[in-house]
Amino acid sequence: MSEPLLKVENLKQYFPISRSYTVKAVNGVSFEIYPGETYGLVGESGSGKTTIGRSVIRLYNPTGGRILFDGKDITGKLDRPTNEMLRANMQMIFQDPMASLNPRKKVADIIGEGLDIHHRYASRQDRADQVSEMLKKVGLSPEHAARYPHQFSGGQRQRVGIARALIMNPKLIIADECISALDVSIQAQVVNLMKDIQEETGCAYLFIAHDLSMVKYISDRIGVLHLGYMVEAGTKEEIFEHPIHPYTRSLLSAIPHPNPEVEKRRKSVSYDYAASGIDYAKGAERLVSGTHTVLATPEEFEDWTSR
Amino acid sequence: MSEEAKTILDIKNLDISFRTNAGVVHAIRGVNLDLRKGETVAIVGESGSGKSVTMKAAMGLLDSNATVNSGEILYTFTDESGREQTVDLLKLPKKQLRQSINGQRIAMVFQDPMTSLDPTMTIGKQIMEGMFLHKGMSKEAAHARALELLTLVGITDPEKRFRNYPHQLSGGMRQRVVIAIALSADPDILICDEPTTALDVTIQAKILELIMDIQQKMKLSVIYITHDLGVVAKVADYVDVMYAGKIVEVGNVNEIFYKPKHPYTWGLLSAMPDMDTDDDRLYSIPGSPPNLLHEPEGDAFAARNQFALAIDEKLDPPLFKVSETHYAATWLLHPDAPPIEIPKELKARIARAQREVEKYL
Repeated sequence: MSEPLLKVENLKQYFPISRSYTVKAVNGVSFEIYPGETYGLVGESGSGKTTIGRSVIRLYNPTGGRILFDGKDITGKLDRPTNEMLRANMQMIFQDPMASLNPRKKVADIIGEGLDIHHRYASRQDRADQVSEMLKKVGLSPEHAARYPHQFSGGQRQRVGIARALIMNPKLIIADECISALDVSIQAQVVNLMKDIQEETGCAYLFIAHDLSMVKYISDRIGVLHLGYMVEAGTKEEIFEHPIHPYTRSLLSAIPHPNPEVEKRRKSVSYDYAASGIDYAKGAERLVSGTHTVLATPEEFEDWTSR
Repeated sequence: MSEEAKTILDIKNLDISFRTNAGVVHAIRGVNLDLRKGETVAIVGESGSGKSVTMKAAMGLLDSNATVNSGEILYTFTDESGREQTVDLLKLPKKQLRQSINGQRIAMVFQDPMTSLDPTMTIGKQIMEGMFLHKGMSKEAAHARALELLTLVGITDPEKRFRNYPHQLSGGMRQRVVIAIALSADPDILICDEPTTALDVTIQAKILELIMDIQQKMKLSVIYITHDLGVVAKVADYVDVMYAGKIVEVGNVNEIFYKPKHPYTWGLLSAMPDMDTDDDRLYSIPGSPPNLLHEPEGDAFAARNQFALAIDEKLDPPLFKVSETHYAATWLLHPDAPPIEIPKELKARIARAQREVEKYL
């Protein structure tokens, strides 16, 4: 494969709460995203998946580790050209489409804001053309440009959010729980749209979600997070067909299948970190096969793989 | 699931509209639903389909701008003296509903455990509150019962948790407390309005298993309101699929999942990514649900239905009978309708699901 588009090495993100107490949200996570692929991050709330997304796009200043985007180091203080490169090439789609769109701006100005900042148009007409083309691409009509966000339904608002991210023609889009707030039938529409756009523009996605079945559907590779550690990572086949880590197993067993006869008889596997005797800090990343890695001590690794 | 189980909640031809600034929204357009003792009914639908409003009507929790145009909600119970009684919950005075039905006979678990608990009261106090009000229990008895309930819902160290405030508990623990509160007065019916939507999958599975377990122990009837078909498959005996204020398909859980008849149910089932599909595209129902401010003429689903017939635009289909328990409101079931098969992707998926069942048994 070619050079990775995004390389996260040993990322640490701590939040000091008081002099004696620090929340360690992300504890040394590493992963890579290649151009044009979708990387899914899954985990329960509090596992640090959103924090990773926000650290990568530099809404937070990482406490430790290195993030390389397109070969450039984007940790530490950013100089102007790097900052501009980062802002144009990495975009984010947020969870709540109502809270992430400015209610006082028209859709044309929400979508066109990136163009304004980076001076990416020749004339007003050119800007309007770009905006209406983007609206068409996400399945809205150009007339929608003159409307305000409150005049749209949830699914349409999320399309506006996608259009806003896409207009900069980014190389990487961070989608943070971007479909969780939508209805089932609308979720499918938005996910299909994201897949179509990826095929057309070749952008990569960092897809953050807690809905495993959707993650499986959209992602090429998956990382499973728990308590700020990447406990297991691999391609979606590796993760879904041969889960090794007990946490991944419990996560997979918890997904309800839309199959009543089976579902009625199935019990989920429970996993209690405190009672399991596993200490994530002692484990190291071990290769299972191919690209499949798991966080474990040598004894744990032996135990889990022999099952 | 005995055949002769008694109907305890019977909703007949319920019709509700809301007055809003923009006009009258006709949110519930003739809903029929019945719940028998010890059974679980799931109401499935998108947001705005009216599933929550239906249950709020049964609890007397409708907003002040709602008007009940017609219909009745009959609730049958055995009173203190052992006599069987049937009341229409819609006709009962609010005060009586609060005193003798809500919380005591019909209890509700809401979606977000953070907003349904009082942040200024310890959880023990909140659990005992209902027992004082409805049962007139002494403090000691209520305390003992509260500890028992906390143990029942799987909270370890109940003595200590009893004195905790909601913010000291995690989301899953809070939802367990809410369930304990709902159970505090030994209700007949438990209404769960999206009980796990705000929770993580691992915790969701535990909470659902807990509710199922308690249901068996206490012989509860449970109504789930949800949009997650996976949850429905796990818990429900009967399923009601709602769309735009109407029930479009009703049947037992196997009929809905293995032999769905309504195109909307087909769409819902196909739109769910299942763990075995490697299809490139996920099926999606085109368009979005209708705005009930302008009531659609004919079948409300016609505009999004690729199998819509000409009559769908003019006349709303009645419920056609498929089997004793299975009904669907679609003109496709009319004897004169052209033969239309289930979409082949869904057919393949159902076949796969059935193979999985065989493997499992």
